[in-house]
Amino acid sequence: MLSGILDGIFNGISIGSVLLLAALGLAIVFGLMGVINMAHGELMMLGAYTTFVVQNGFKQLGGVWFELYIFVALIAAFVVAAAVGLVLERGVIRYLYGRPLETLLATWGVSLILQQFVRSVSWQFVVGLGLFCLLYFGATTLLARRANWQQIRSWAIAILLPISAGIAIAIALVAGQMYKLPFTQPWFGAQNKDVTAPRWLRGGIPIGDYQLPSARLFIIGLTIACLIGIFLFLQKSPWGLRIRSVTQNRSMSACLGIPTKTVDALTFAIGSGLAGVAGSALGLLGSVGPNTGQNYIVDTFMVVVVGGVGKLVGSIVAAMLIGTANYVIGANVLQPLVAGSPALSSFFEFFATASMAKVMVFALIIVFLQFKPAGLFPQKGRTIDA
Amino acid sequence: MIRGIGRRKFLVYGSATLGISILLKACGGQPETATSPSPAASPEGSPVAASPTGDAIKVGILHSLSGTMAISEKSVVDAENLAIEEINKAGGVLGKQIAAVTEDGASDWPTFNEKAKKLIEQDKVVTVFGCWTSASRKAVKDTFEANNHMLWYPVQYEGQECSKNIFYTGAAPNQQIEPSVDWLLKNKGKKFFLVGSDYVFPRTANTIIKSQLKALGGEVVGEDYIPLGGTEVTPIITKIRAALPDGGVIYNSLNGDSNVAFFKQLQGAGMTAEKYPSMSVSIAEEEVQAIGVEYLKGHYAAWNYFQTVDNPVNAKFVAAFKAKYGADRVVNDPMEAAYLAVYFWKQAVEKAGTADDLDKVRMAALGQVIDAPEGPGVTMENNHHLSKYVRIGQVRDDALFDIVFATEKPVKPLPWNQFVPETKGFSCDWSDPAKGGKFKMT
Repeated sequence: MLSGILDGIFNGISIGSVLLLAALGLAIVFGLMGVINMAHGELMMLGAYTTFVVQNGFKQLGGVWFELYIFVALIAAFVVAAAVGLVLERGVIRYLYGRPLETLLATWGVSLILQQFVRSVSWQFVVGLGLFCLLYFGATTLLARRANWQQIRSWAIAILLPISAGIAIAIALVAGQMYKLPFTQPWFGAQNKDVTAPRWLRGGIPIGDYQLPSARLFIIGLTIACLIGIFLFLQKSPWGLRIRSVTQNRSMSACLGIPTKTVDALTFAIGSGLAGVAGSALGLLGSVGPNTGQNYIVDTFMVVVVGGVGKLVGSIVAAMLIGTANYVIGANVLQPLVAGSPALSSFFEFFATASMAKVMVFALIIVFLQFKPAGLFPQKGRTIDA
Repeated sequence: MIRGIGRRKFLVYGSATLGISILLKACGGQPETATSPSPAASPEGSPVAASPTGDAIKVGILHSLSGTMAISEKSVVDAENLAIEEINKAGGVLGKQIAAVTEDGASDWPTFNEKAKKLIEQDKVVTVFGCWTSASRKAVKDTFEANNHMLWYPVQYEGQECSKNIFYTGAAPNQQIEPSVDWLLKNKGKKFFLVGSDYVFPRTANTIIKSQLKALGGEVVGEDYIPLGGTEVTPIITKIRAALPDGGVIYNSLNGDSNVAFFKQLQGAGMTAEKYPSMSVSIAEEEVQAIGVEYLKGHYAAWNYFQTVDNPVNAKFVAAFKAKYGADRVVNDPMEAAYLAVYFWKQAVEKAGTADDLDKVRMAALGQVIDAPEGPGVTMENNHHLSKYVRIGQVRDDALFDIVFATEKPVKPLPWNQFVPETKGFSCDWSDPAKGGKFKMT
C-alpha cells in the first residue's frame, strides 16, 4: 500500500512535470502577454529537431562527448526556438496585439507552415529561399536610399518580386538538376526522427522491484531548474522588473520610459526559448517529428487555463493536479480502496484506460471551470487587457 | 502615404501576383509530376512530360502529403512512383506511358473524398492508388462505388470489408495478426497484455486476438488504449507491470507517435525485450529508424514483407528504390504492397487489352500472379485481396529485421472475420456476380 502511494506520487509528479515543462513557455507568452500562440507546439518541435541535429553532431565525436550532448542540445534548442520566436513576434504577432482571434488564426497558420517546413526543407529549398530573400530585400534596401523611393515603391516591388522569385527558383532548380539527390533530398523528411537519449538517461534507478526511469527524473530536475530560472529572472533582474511592469500596466510603463516593444519581443523570445527547451527534453520520452508539437498543444493550454492566466504558480499546481489525476484514474490506483463497492469499482474500471482517463480528466476540468472560470489562481483586482 | 490601394496599384500588384503564381505553378509542378522519367534517365525523352494529356494513361495517386499521416504515406507515394517509372521505362502499358496525377489528401477525410471526386470526374483517371488509414478509405469508398471506379489500397487493415471497387494489396487480419498470435503462443508464453491506439484497427485487432486466445488456451491479462498521438504512457506501464509481474507478451497495435513514447519508457522502466517481448503490427523498417534501434532491439513485428527478405526480386526492388531516393532510405511492407498494386493493375490492363473499361480490368485482375519482392506466386484472389506470405521479424542492430518465422506458401486472405459472430461464415467472391461482397458460405 505504501509503495503504491509513493509510486502514485512519483508518477503523478512525473506526468505533471512533463505537462508543466511543456506549458512553461506558454504560461509566459499566453499568461503574461495574453498572446494565444498556437505555434507554441511547433516551437517545441523546433527544439526537438535542434536536439536531433546536435545529437548527430556529437555522435561523430563519439565516446564521452555523446553522453553529454543533451546539455548542449538544451542550450541550442533554447537559442533556436527563441530566435524563431523573435522573428515570429517581430514579423507577425506585434501587428496583432489586442486582437486575440486574429492572433489565434495567424499563429495557427504559422504552426502549419513550420510543420510543412521541417517536412520539406532541403538544400534546394534553403538555397532558393535564401537567394530570394537576399535579392528581394537587398534590392529594396538599396532602392530605399533613393530620394523618390515613395513614388517608385509599388513599381519596384511589382518588378523585383517576380524577378527575384524567378531567379531564385531557376537557380534552385538548375542546382537540383546538377547535384541531384544530395541536394534535393529533404533534410528531415516527413518521418519521425530518432533522438536517442545518452546511456545514463536510458535506464533507471532500481528501488526494490520498482525502477525510477532516469529520463523522468531528469525532466523533473530540468523543470525545477527552469522554474527557478524564470523566478529569478522575473523577480531579480532589471528586465524581469520591466516585464512585470508592462504586464501590469502597459501605458503607465511606457510613460515611465520602459521600451514596451523591446519588452514584448524579449518576453516572447523567452517564452519561445522555453518551448524549445521543453521540446528538446521531451524528445527523451516521446517522438521527434513534424507532429510532435500538436501532441502537446492542447495539454499546454489546458494547464495554463486551469491554473489561471497570468500566474506561474497556477500553472505549477494545475500541471501537478492534472498529472496526478491522469495517473490515478488511468492506472486505477484507487482500485484497492473501492474494492468493497462493486458499483464504484466497475465505474473506476471503466475509466481505467489511457484514453478514457483523459475523457474523465477533461470532464472534471469542465466541471471545475464552471465553478472557477478564471482558474485556480485568478488575477486579483482590476484586469488590465492591453 | 495615401490609404487604400488605387486602381493602378491594384493592377500592378494583381499582375505581379498572377505572374508569380503562374511562374511558381510552372516550376513547382515539376517535382509533383516527377513520375515521368527525368531526361537524364531516359535518353529517348519522355512523351509524358511533353504531352501530359496526349497519349498517356492517367492514373491517380491519392495520399496525405501533409498533415499527421504524411509521415507514413509519403514513402508509399515514393514506392508507387518507382513502380510507375519502371513500367514507363520498360515501354509503358499497352504501348502507352503512365502519367500519374498526384493529389494530397492532407490527412483529412473529407479532403480525401473531394480529391477522389476530382481525380475521377475532372482528371478522368482510369484508376487510383491511395489511402492509408481505414477512415480515409471509408471516406472515399462511396465515391468509388457510386462511380463504379477502382481504388488500390496498400495497407494492412482490420478487414470486415470487401468492395467491388477496391483492391486490397495489404494484409487481411488472418494474414498478419492471427499467425503472429499462434507463433507467440507457441514460442513466448500464454499471458498477453494488449496495447493499442484508440481507433478502429487496434480495437478490431484486439477483438480478434481475444477470441483467438480464448479458443487456443491463452489468456488476456489486460487491455489498454491510448488516444491517437498520445505520448503519456506511464499508467499503462504501471498496469503491465502489475498484470505481468513475471513477464509476458505485449501485443502492440499502437500507431505513430505513441509507439515512440511507449518503447522509450518501457526501457526506462527496466522492462526488457527478453522478459516482456512485444509483437507490433504497425512498426516496420522506417518506424524502427524513427524510434531508435536502441529501444526496439529484440522486439518483434509481424508483416508480410521485410526489407531483409532474401530473393532476387526483392534485391532488385530494394536496389532500385535506394538508387532513386537515397541509400539511407528503407522499404517496408506497405511500400511493397503499393509497389505491387501498380504492377497488378498493369497486368490486369494488359490482360483486358484496355485501361478504360473498368469492369473488364477488374475481371482481368482476378487470378493475376506476380513474383513479388515478398516471394513468388502472390495472387490476386477472387475476393480482391492478395494471398500473401506471413513473416515475423525481430529487430536487429542495423534497424532491420531478422526473419524468425515465415510461411512456406502464401496464405489465402479472409476479409470477413471468422472470430466475430456477426461475420462468421461469410465470404466474398467477385468472380461470380451472384455471390458478390458478402455471402454466406455453405
